[in-house]
Amino acid sequence: MSRSIALTLRLWRQACPEAPGGFETHRLEAVSTDLSLLEALDQLNERLIAVGQRPVGFEHDCREGICGACGFLVNGQAHGPRAATTVCQLYLREFEDGATLTLEPFRARAFAPLQDLAVERTALDRILEAGGYCSVNTGSAPEANALLVGREQAARAFDAASCIGCGACVASCRNASASLFTAAKLAHLGQLPQGQPERSRRAQAMVQRMAAEGFGDCSSHLECEAACPKQISADWISWMQRELRRQGDNPAAARS
Amino acid sequence: MSAVLDPRIPGGPVATAWQRCREELPLISPSNKRRLRLLVVGSGLAGASAAAALAEQGYRVRLITYHDSPRRAHSVAAQGGINAARNDANDGDSVERLFRDTVRGGDFRAREAGCHRLAEISGAIIDHCVAQGVPFAREYGGTLATRSFGGAQVSRTFYARGQTGQQLLYGATQALMRQVAAGRVELLSRRDMLELITVDGVARGVVCRHQLSGELEAFTAHAVLLASGGYSNVYYLSTNAVKSNASAILAAYRRGAFLANPCFTQIHPTCIPSGDPGQSKLTLMSESLRNDGRLWLPLRAGDDRPPAAIPEPERDYFLERQYPAYGNMVPRDVASRRAQELCLAGRGVGPGGRSVYLDLAEAIEREGRPAIETRYGNLLEMYERISGEDPYATPLRIYPAPHYTMGGLWVDYQLMSTVPGLFVLGEANFSEHGANRLGASALMQGLADGYFIAPATVTAWLAGAPQPSVEADHPACRGALAAVTERIAALRARGSGGGSGGGRRPVDAFHRELGALMIEACGISRSGPALSRALVELETLRAAFASELALADHGTPIDPELEKALRLEDFVQLAELMLRDALSRQESCGAHFREEHQTPEGEALRDDARFGHIAAWEHVPGGEPRCHLEPLQFTAITPSTRSYR
Ligand SMILES: Cc1cc2nc3c(=O)[nH]c(=O)nc-3n(C[C@H](O)[C@H](O)[C@H](O)COP(=O)(O)OP(=O)(O)OC[C@H]3O[C@@H](n4cnc5c(N)ncnc54)[C@H](O)[C@@H]3O)c2cc1C
Ligand code: FES
Repeated sequence: MSRSIALTLRLWRQACPEAPGGFETHRLEAVSTDLSLLEALDQLNERLIAVGQRPVGFEHDCREGICGACGFLVNGQAHGPRAATTVCQLYLREFEDGATLTLEPFRARAFAPLQDLAVERTALDRILEAGGYCSVNTGSAPEANALLVGREQAARAFDAASCIGCGACVASCRNASASLFTAAKLAHLGQLPQGQPERSRRAQAMVQRMAAEGFGDCSSHLECEAACPKQISADWISWMQRELRRQGDNPAAARS
Repeated sequence: MSAVLDPRIPGGPVATAWQRCREELPLISPSNKRRLRLLVVGSGLAGASAAAALAEQGYRVRLITYHDSPRRAHSVAAQGGINAARNDANDGDSVERLFRDTVRGGDFRAREAGCHRLAEISGAIIDHCVAQGVPFAREYGGTLATRSFGGAQVSRTFYARGQTGQQLLYGATQALMRQVAAGRVELLSRRDMLELITVDGVARGVVCRHQLSGELEAFTAHAVLLASGGYSNVYYLSTNAVKSNASAILAAYRRGAFLANPCFTQIHPTCIPSGDPGQSKLTLMSESLRNDGRLWLPLRAGDDRPPAAIPEPERDYFLERQYPAYGNMVPRDVASRRAQELCLAGRGVGPGGRSVYLDLAEAIEREGRPAIETRYGNLLEMYERISGEDPYATPLRIYPAPHYTMGGLWVDYQLMSTVPGLFVLGEANFSEHGANRLGASALMQGLADGYFIAPATVTAWLAGAPQPSVEADHPACRGALAAVTERIAALRARGSGGGSGGGRRPVDAFHRELGALMIEACGISRSGPALSRALVELETLRAAFASELALADHGTPIDPELEKALRLEDFVQLAELMLRDALSRQESCGAHFREEHQTPEGEALRDDARFGHIAAWEHVPGGEPRCHLEPLQFTAITPSTRSYR
């Protein structure tokens, strides 16, 4: 049932990367619980704009939990309290009337601040650039059914491949590691026959790049798994660690 | 017929047209390709695939996107699947059949040759995506699985759970990142394209605004490819991403690229209805739900009992009643229209009477909850998150929402617009879907354009018309930069309180108003009087936007409100074209339903003699847009009337 609630928002405000940041408090009276938290921010912004003030900056686009653009901390939790949910899909019905929400940007060495709740996450793309692909040129592919992939195997690869690159794993890790992100891509490609030829090289290159971008190591606290809106399993991180010990690229190993 | 439009369709039989065309296209040697620079705008399926494929051939490519990362393009949201005529299900599918379904689905408002080419290429797309590691659904034996989608009689849709678009996009953007690593693609992210640069009438670059630094930049190239997606956000609420926009295609339009069939827009029947005025977007529920869900409304208007309390005899399964043969599987436009009609007649349910039930109860009883969970688990979870209702216990509520735009920049058979050197790919072009697109065919088209067609035809253009190099200090670049600087300054001047209204209304308020106007006049159902009225109302809106906009300058280069204001200006210009186009197309075809042109049963009444054409609109600076017609010929298929009764 739809209701109206009042909310207090404690927001991190920082006009630009060089500017000092700090918290600012705004109160929203009578917002419908049928709105998402981002829509509540939209309403706040319309109010700020009408009186000539700078609206709150935050990242978003699809608003349906799939593009990975949104992401900030709600009361210290990446994407807020609801499991398996991006912040754009977080509806106000999750909150009590009169609640106070503290909204802060993701904080990590590799994520430079941009404005208010927005940070730069392109370091994740550079990890992919280091090897997160199968090297195949357009036009050279064999007939699709020439490669048989078992149903379970395809499903496991899919599970890992469903990472949306939002950075919640990094933001929730005390070492600001991108291990879950990196492992997910390695596990996606490393479990499929198509990914075998470059399997070891890919793992080495992506992990090296992760470190070079300023992400930390994994110390197995598993906060990343809890924060992941796509519920990607932290088991892939141990899988990745085994992967790094593999020698050479051996197609026969694929089916193991 | 207009002398200006030459679609360059190869003569002779449609079935061999692409093969013959391709064999005659001129080539460029790999060493010469390295000297040629290309600009691609957009990193969705169309843009990412084109950029990757062209870079693989040796071209030096720059890719512009407003996103921080190419992986976030809205193709990522496509759920259902991608069509390919591979006959994997051994159910009689073939290139010929997919070709015919596409032409018929588009209600005979697309080019035969283009539709045939799509069907021909469809199989190779699947091969390539599999080779990239796209984790498509598989049968137990390890072969690719397919499903029947959107009422197709064959099972030709390939899918990756409910996230096909995401997985195809990751395949394409990973191919792109490989080229970035190889130094052949330079990513120019977080840029809004605002202007096209032409030299002697040929497309040679674009002007962008960098979203972080606020700087305006000119980029030049030997050819420009636009793949900036669709314009459903002209309706404000749609299934598109909140920042999806029409600015790139409008910039091209203002520089001489014609916009074709702008009024052909698709409204998808199964979306989560809007609840609150503050809602910012509509979310699609995959069409596949109609395979198992039954649409119904209470027989009696105003019946506000909870759905479970309404006994069978008092329910109206309206699609099954009106279309016994197809039932709930009628095409999207038909389902949307019937649902809207009943809601307008006061029979709708939910807030404001703006939804109909989609009931899974029978399927759950027949197959058990676990089976339904496996099939639609993710979707139903999403529904529950957004609506707060449990779809296993009570019927889902759905309502039609703007979803896809068949219209777009006019292109010839080689995907080149009326501005030489400007190619348009994916949803941004008007392409092969005619007046209505089949489910799972947009992903196919975007990837066909990007992986296979553009690499051949862009090469042919550059081989046939070698372009001198143009640097960023060329007068054309300086002129284009100055035009954008002036445009932004003008918006700013009126937005910082200089306007007579005091400048207190945020951009979104205008966008909501535009959306309401467009969905009412140019949505599921259109009529002459309503369209004419909307043109007048649009002028009022334009005037208000000029005097009441709030757009203060806070001295920070990151300025999302400025980005929105620029987009809205373009949407308003596009809206006018859509209304004019809908007004002048005095027939009903596909998704374009003119109330004056219907059969006694309320079905669309096409008029091939007067409207068997593509309408392409030319920008006339300071005047009214001019319409050019490209007549359509059908040699392989005889136009017939769609019938689902
Ligand atoms: C929710 C949903 C579900 C769908 N499901 C299916 C399906 O199951 N099957 C199917 O076949 N089709 C489906 N479609 C349709 C299909 O997804 C789209 O038509 C297709 O993905 C569009 O791809 P594109 O590459 O043309 O554009 P997009 O993926 O929209 O990419 C546009 C790109 O252009 C960039 N861009 C846009 N404007 C600018 C600008 N001014 N400056 C700089 N960059 C710009 C963006 O950053 C982005 O990178 C669905 C669509 C939606 C919305
Ligand atoms: S806005 Fe796309 S995932 Fe949240």
